[in-house]
Amino acid sequence: MSDIEYKVIVGLEIHVQLCTQSKMFCGCALSFGEQANSRVCPVCLGMPGVLPVMNKQAVEYAVLAGLALNCKIAEFTKWDRKSYYYPDLPKNYQISQYDLPLASNGYIEIPIEDGQAKRIGIIRAHLEEDAGKNLHATGNFSQVDLNRTGTPLLEIVTEPDMNSAAEVRLLAVELQRMVRYLGVSEADMQKGHMRFEPNVNLVVTKDGREYKTPIVEIKNLNSFRALERSVDFEIQRQLDDFLETGRVMESGNKSTRGWDDERQITVLQREKEEAHDYRYFPDPDLVPVEIKGDWLKEIESKLCELPLKKQLRYVTEYGLSDYDAGVLTAERSTAEFFEQVVAEGGDPKRACNIITQDLMKAANEKGCSVAELGVSFKGVAELCKMVERGDVSATASTTIAEIMVTKGGDPEQIAREHNLTQTSDAGELEAVVDQVIAENPKAVEDVTSGGKKSKKARGFLLGQVMQKTKGQANPRIVSEILKRKLD
Amino acid sequence: MDQKKIDSNQVEKIAKLSRLKLTPSEVDEFTSQLSAILDYVEKMNELDTSNVEPLAHCLPVHNVFRSDMPEASLGTHTALSNAPRTDGDFFKVPKILDEGTTP
Amino acid sequence: MQELTAKQLRNKIAAGHVSGVDATTEIFNRIEKFEPAVGAYISTFKQKALEDAKAVDEKIAKGEALGQLAGVPVAVKDNMCTTFGATTCGSKILQNFHSPYNATAVRKLLDADAVIIGKTNMDEFAMGSSTETSGLRKTVNPWDTSRVPGGSSGGSAAAMAAKMCFAALGSDTGGSIRQPASFCSVVGLKPTYGRVSRFGLVAYGSSLDQIGPVTNNVEDAALMMNVISGYDKRDSTSVNETVAPVCDYLEKLNESIKPLKISIVPTFNAGADEQVQKALNEALKVYEGLGAELIEIEMPHIDYAIAAYYVIATAEASSNLARYDGVHYGHRTENPKDYIDVYSQSREEGFGKEVKRRIMLGTYALSSGYYDAYYLKALKVRNLIRQDFSRAFEQCDCVIMPVSPTTAFKIGEKISDPLQMYLSDIYTIAANLAGIPAVSIPCGFDNENLPIGLQILTPPFTEDKLLRIARMYESQKDWNIKKPPIVDSK
Repeated sequence: MSDIEYKVIVGLEIHVQLCTQSKMFCGCALSFGEQANSRVCPVCLGMPGVLPVMNKQAVEYAVLAGLALNCKIAEFTKWDRKSYYYPDLPKNYQISQYDLPLASNGYIEIPIEDGQAKRIGIIRAHLEEDAGKNLHATGNFSQVDLNRTGTPLLEIVTEPDMNSAAEVRLLAVELQRMVRYLGVSEADMQKGHMRFEPNVNLVVTKDGREYKTPIVEIKNLNSFRALERSVDFEIQRQLDDFLETGRVMESGNKSTRGWDDERQITVLQREKEEAHDYRYFPDPDLVPVEIKGDWLKEIESKLCELPLKKQLRYVTEYGLSDYDAGVLTAERSTAEFFEQVVAEGGDPKRACNIITQDLMKAANEKGCSVAELGVSFKGVAELCKMVERGDVSATASTTIAEIMVTKGGDPEQIAREHNLTQTSDAGELEAVVDQVIAENPKAVEDVTSGGKKSKKARGFLLGQVMQKTKGQANPRIVSEILKRKLD
Repeated sequence: MDQKKIDSNQVEKIAKLSRLKLTPSEVDEFTSQLSAILDYVEKMNELDTSNVEPLAHCLPVHNVFRSDMPEASLGTHTALSNAPRTDGDFFKVPKILDEGTTP
Repeated sequence: MQELTAKQLRNKIAAGHVSGVDATTEIFNRIEKFEPAVGAYISTFKQKALEDAKAVDEKIAKGEALGQLAGVPVAVKDNMCTTFGATTCGSKILQNFHSPYNATAVRKLLDADAVIIGKTNMDEFAMGSSTETSGLRKTVNPWDTSRVPGGSSGGSAAAMAAKMCFAALGSDTGGSIRQPASFCSVVGLKPTYGRVSRFGLVAYGSSLDQIGPVTNNVEDAALMMNVISGYDKRDSTSVNETVAPVCDYLEKLNESIKPLKISIVPTFNAGADEQVQKALNEALKVYEGLGAELIEIEMPHIDYAIAAYYVIATAEASSNLARYDGVHYGHRTENPKDYIDVYSQSREEGFGKEVKRRIMLGTYALSSGYYDAYYLKALKVRNLIRQDFSRAFEQCDCVIMPVSPTTAFKIGEKISDPLQMYLSDIYTIAANLAGIPAVSIPCGFDNENLPIGLQILTPPFTEDKLLRIARMYESQKDWNIKKPPIVDSK
């Protein structure tokens, strides 16, 4: 068996739908699930005589994303027409950007094991308008819905820096988190807000020589799961194909394959990526864009701390686990809520627990975010302090948090009203412990003698104290007192 | 010796790119006419433009925007009112078999 | 009534001396009489026009404020979208296209209380210099019905010449307002690029197209410019007030410019027919009589204007006309084999030859491998031509040259040789490439009684000056009193 090793090379092309109110070049509202062709106007319908006018917000969102991707923002940029004929493209050209993209030469970091981050290069990011949708009805015709035509899209092209399907998925997830943090896109894959097209090939080392397999572009991916699985499938398929046919990458033999989610395979769509002559030329209906000075500074001021950076900071600064930090930073509003609690004096680990366990549970049930629950960060901070001081047990705090969600109110008040306070006063508790010890000599003997019954007896005595204090004794303190007295 | 600037194969290629189903006689006619025009256009090569910037626009403006305010759309009925073939709320075309090049 | 200018008519209507309905009725009488011979209109809207005219009369009766064109019957070239009637661009492919919106220029006419009479014939998609490429009908020159009215705004010019309207709108990409104006002895003005909104003007050469007035006299052109000029938020290429404010073009119209410095390009003018040159030189003498100074200059790159234009305009057109595919509107072939056939066959059936030629030329110029040699090169030549004009304007107020090398040619004379047709645009094309305003005014007739036009060009956004210079000549000569035979005899 010959010596085979291979390296996976993946680059990603991502289309992100920006969440502006209106389309890129006309005033139609963005739509999802509306009646077909109800969100079109003469401009996005490409009627005779119409002209495009740029949406300023879309440009600003794109610049913001470019900055977050550490790109150089072009001081001077313009629009180009990309010509091809297709029923969902009413003008039969797409207004896009060709040789002067809005942003270029950046990078994004993805979290890999042990709090490390890997840099994936970003070649470019540019703005363009989306096409409509072709629906393939039964019978021998297709239906065209132009509602989506003209929606602003940010196209991001990465360097082929990813080396596994897992990394591809990590990038996708990180990018989704990032654009949501920036507030430039809802990035809901099911709604088509983010579309991924991985370009995959292998560098196979066989008998000491290197061979590159032809690049395959994969389309039709509707979920992160499909993204990862398709890349995995493609890696295996390319390896098998190479071993069988020895075919290598040549100019012009890049092909396109579609992911079949039902059969979990990629299917060849186009043999040779027919070099489309898009006949790019500057769009004469649009004037150039200059991004610099005060305007650029204004956009820069809207940058926030990015999610991965935040996540890693939570680990190093607050000692949270990677997992917990990831949960807290999944949504920007939750992370900021957490930070407000901590700023208010709440212990980070305690705050993390309350938020990720109690509040998130409630938020999921309500279908909203933690920040939208109506619970104040000051209240949560207070609750943290109460637990820290031993005024309430951790268990009680869950109940208090629940009540804060459903009924609102101040945690101290809630604790009192619902008898959830616990006594941590050692002096008070010592008296009760003494009483219990006096009343239960057999159990005391079991503890002091050591042996198999000792642990159970300890528990029994603790239980007796809890009973006498109607559950309000701080069990930790009681245990300490018992230990002191009996050991 | 009159070599044509463009031959009929090229004309057919361009016709395909332009989505024009030319008749054979049109191909012939256009081949000689386009050749003559392209020949004339070559005249521009008499000028040395190595230090000249291309002028795509005569306008001294940039950064023309609109604010992100939604406006009324036409509504499906009006949007489809000029459509040659429709199917309910949709434009109708013969079935598209390949996936095309939608982004 | 036909002796009135548009401005005079408007004032008479406003004063109650003439009713709007009467003016419109009179125009339709003339249309009935002369249209069968001239063929200027693709469609007319008698009922709507009379209703609009009546509405103006009611406004007057109520003492309400009136627009600058109140009650004036105006014709609009059929490449400007209107919500009434069809907008065909002279093409079978849009024969039944009903626009859901009005072009901004049209809306401005309506806001000014104009009465839009009909849509005029044109070369298909404005591609042509004779109106012969129209796919829908034929228009002849009222001065000689065996000759072309010029193009592509031939319908507007012919309607104006035969006084089947009081004013008209045309569009000019390479001379399409000015050349027909000169062939038909009317005034035709192409504004500076960006002066008038292109929203609703069906695009041909986007960086060259402009809408402009076709009128009987200079004052009416100024009036029309007052109505249609200005920034439009729906057109990113229309210029806003801070860059180039719109002025009242009527205000100082009759004030001469003294001293007036006129540049002429003798080597360039020498390419025109003898009689055209003669008329031009006589016109220049009139200006000299008014104290003008003539300066002879060279414009070293102007000879390349046609070459650059037919690359740039066709490249832009090939892209602008890609949308006519039988899917969302317009003509669709009956039995397509597959979805690609819907495009290819519909376009083959719907477009005429000239349009197909230009689309192919443009596609070629933009295609991979040819972009630098053709399109990019043409943009550089364009820059050189613009510089020629900037240099000229440093030492003069205007440049004067012929509009066309010939007077109106015979129908069928040039149509089978596209290149010959293109070469006749030699004098008008440069203004579109440079983006500067230019006007054609009548300056005489040749031995066969065919009109000759004089072209004046001024720097960007100086239409006020342009109109004043034109008025200076017009005030000395009354060419617009002469009537075309076709209307004289009836």
